[in-house]
Amino acid sequence: MLKIHNLHVDVGGTPIIKGLTLEVPAGEVHAIMGPNGAGKSTLSYALTGRDGYEVTQGTATLNGEDLVSLAPEERAAKGLFLSFQYPLEIPGVPTLTFLRTALNAQRKARGEGEVSVPDFMKLSRDVAKKLGVTQDMLKRPLNVGFSGGEKKRMEIYQMALLDPRFMILDETDSGLDIDALKVVSEGVNALRGPDKAMLVITHYQRLLDHIKPDRVHVLAGGRIVDSGGPDLALALEKGGYDRYKDAA
Amino acid sequence: MPAVKETIETVESIAEYEHGFVTEIEMDMAPKGLNTDIVRFISAKKEEPQWMLDWRLRAFERWQTMQEPSWAMVRYPAIDFQDAYYYAAPKAKVELNSLDELDPEILATYQKLGIPLREQEVLAGVRGAPRIAVDAVFDSVSVATTFREELAKSGVIFCSMSEAVREHPELVQAYLGSVVPLSDNFYATLNSAVFSDGTFVYIPPGVRCPMELSTYFRINAAETGQFERTLIIADKGSYVSYLEGCTAPKRDENQLHAAVVELVALEDAEIKYSTVQNWYPGDKNGLGGIYNFVTKRADCRGARSKVSWTQVETGSAVTWKYPSCILRGEESQGEFYSIAITNGHQQADTGTKMIHLGANTRSRIVSKGISAGRSNNTYRGQVSAHAKAKGARNFTQCDSLLIGDQCGAHTIPYVEAKTPYATFEHEATTTRLSEDQLFYCRQRGLPTEDAVALLVNGFVREVLQELPMEFAVEAQKLVAISLEGSVG
Repeated sequence: MLKIHNLHVDVGGTPIIKGLTLEVPAGEVHAIMGPNGAGKSTLSYALTGRDGYEVTQGTATLNGEDLVSLAPEERAAKGLFLSFQYPLEIPGVPTLTFLRTALNAQRKARGEGEVSVPDFMKLSRDVAKKLGVTQDMLKRPLNVGFSGGEKKRMEIYQMALLDPRFMILDETDSGLDIDALKVVSEGVNALRGPDKAMLVITHYQRLLDHIKPDRVHVLAGGRIVDSGGPDLALALEKGGYDRYKDAA
Repeated sequence: MPAVKETIETVESIAEYEHGFVTEIEMDMAPKGLNTDIVRFISAKKEEPQWMLDWRLRAFERWQTMQEPSWAMVRYPAIDFQDAYYYAAPKAKVELNSLDELDPEILATYQKLGIPLREQEVLAGVRGAPRIAVDAVFDSVSVATTFREELAKSGVIFCSMSEAVREHPELVQAYLGSVVPLSDNFYATLNSAVFSDGTFVYIPPGVRCPMELSTYFRINAAETGQFERTLIIADKGSYVSYLEGCTAPKRDENQLHAAVVELVALEDAEIKYSTVQNWYPGDKNGLGGIYNFVTKRADCRGARSKVSWTQVETGSAVTWKYPSCILRGEESQGEFYSIAITNGHQQADTGTKMIHLGANTRSRIVSKGISAGRSNNTYRGQVSAHAKAKGARNFTQCDSLLIGDQCGAHTIPYVEAKTPYATFEHEATTTRLSEDQLFYCRQRGLPTEDAVALLVNGFVREVLQELPMEFAVEAQKLVAISLEGSVG
């Protein structure tokens, strides 16, 4: 599914990711943990193609297709989705208008026909029910006036609706209370599947109690410095990241 | 950031102006230049009565003593008013009895612009499709006015200004110049002297106009100024919705468009006036384009009358335009909703005046300015309350959106209250189209151009909602087209 080999990423001329290698096979969920400033968000932006995050060396492929040379919207059409740590507000654009436009743009890029309005409305209602998203939220301009928790819920709602193949969740748990965390995690778990994969970026073990990872990686100093099973996350929660200081 | 660099680069390539074609047709022109002979020539061409000619001559005399205004935040080389044609009309071989006798070139022109001149073409559309009556003004003359018979059944007069002068002199004499006097300002006075055609509308008492009325202005001839005059009178308790659209061919020289629009709303009457202005804006180096120097004013003369201006300004090299409301009648209402988009080297100085004269008058201003490229966009507004305007209320909201870092947005509000019993509110914001929002949209699969269109349409949504449905869709597309190439 996702293969990253010896990836180097510069931001504003400063190297942040320095030789990162990682493979997430189809059907698996991998977690990336690490201290502040380790390059976790840089990795998510570099994979999704944000301007200013320059890949200077190495490769990143999704199902064998090169990602680095593609524009962000082309990567999205290939099925790459990023749930933002800080979702943006889009004033004046109703949430459903935004999503229908996005979905149709992706379908167009893949050579598929537009989704009909009744089909889209049905889809949007079905997904909303599962994630506890109200019709009122869907009518309002995207994320405008939403609380931090509502915005995160809306990210997962978008993810469920756009049905991507590879999902990156950047600090999805921040801003969520316990109840919301449960609903969002259930939503995320429902999107797991044999032909899909996820990369869950988080500071804390808490999220991983709900979204059980197959593998846990530690990112420090721009490299993966340790990998293991779900137990690694528990060990990190206890011992912190101090022991990786030298490795970085 | 690379995106910023790309923005600067792609700003150079402004979207193609799709209405820039020229119609080849034989024209009847006045000699170049401006003097009393030209004024007489125009009046004679239109077979006008003596009072109309006298009015024009008075205006011309006045104009010669006036100075071109220089207070607006626009820069352009001095205009040589003697180096232009003031009258250009397609040569008609015979008096037209039906559209079939209209020059096929002109018919084709309007077809190409998507303006329905044949009533059956409008009717042949989908069932329930909106029907719109059109007055088509080609250079200096009105070439066709549709649905007149059907409108006449409800007593609505919808015709060209030339015709109104001949057929309805009592109405024209009573109202022409009553809102914008012939001495009003440099361009309005020039217009009063040389106006060639335009639209006249009269809605009788208590009548709700059964369809949208519209005028479509087209400048075609080279080195020609267009000076049209529109007069709309809504008698007691009547209602009309009116739309104006404009385009012109691409030409290297600047062309002057100096129109005057007068609206009169009597007791309990309502006029909704919408403009989608898409004059040729000039090329990417700022060469050519229309100078759009227009005076638009509404007189809410009767109690509880209401006038609503909605404008989408995307074209013209230079725009100087302030659709205003004189709120004379008690409890009368004025509204101004504006989207002004400038790209490339365009300059716009636009806004409104809300003059509160009567008690308990209300006004509302929502202005959305978008600047891209190397353009400059100024909102200039005046809200004033006179001593008798007790209980006057105004709410003003001015938002500016900047795309790129070489454009400018300016907000100049003048607020003046001569009564302590007036309430004025003013809100203003300036924001830059953020890289964060753009990336967010692109991550969801929207290509850059679509993302910009979506974000900008979100920014202007409040105003688009004020447009009649069928035009809102057009305006939305226009907003996207005029910003094509503004972001990398």
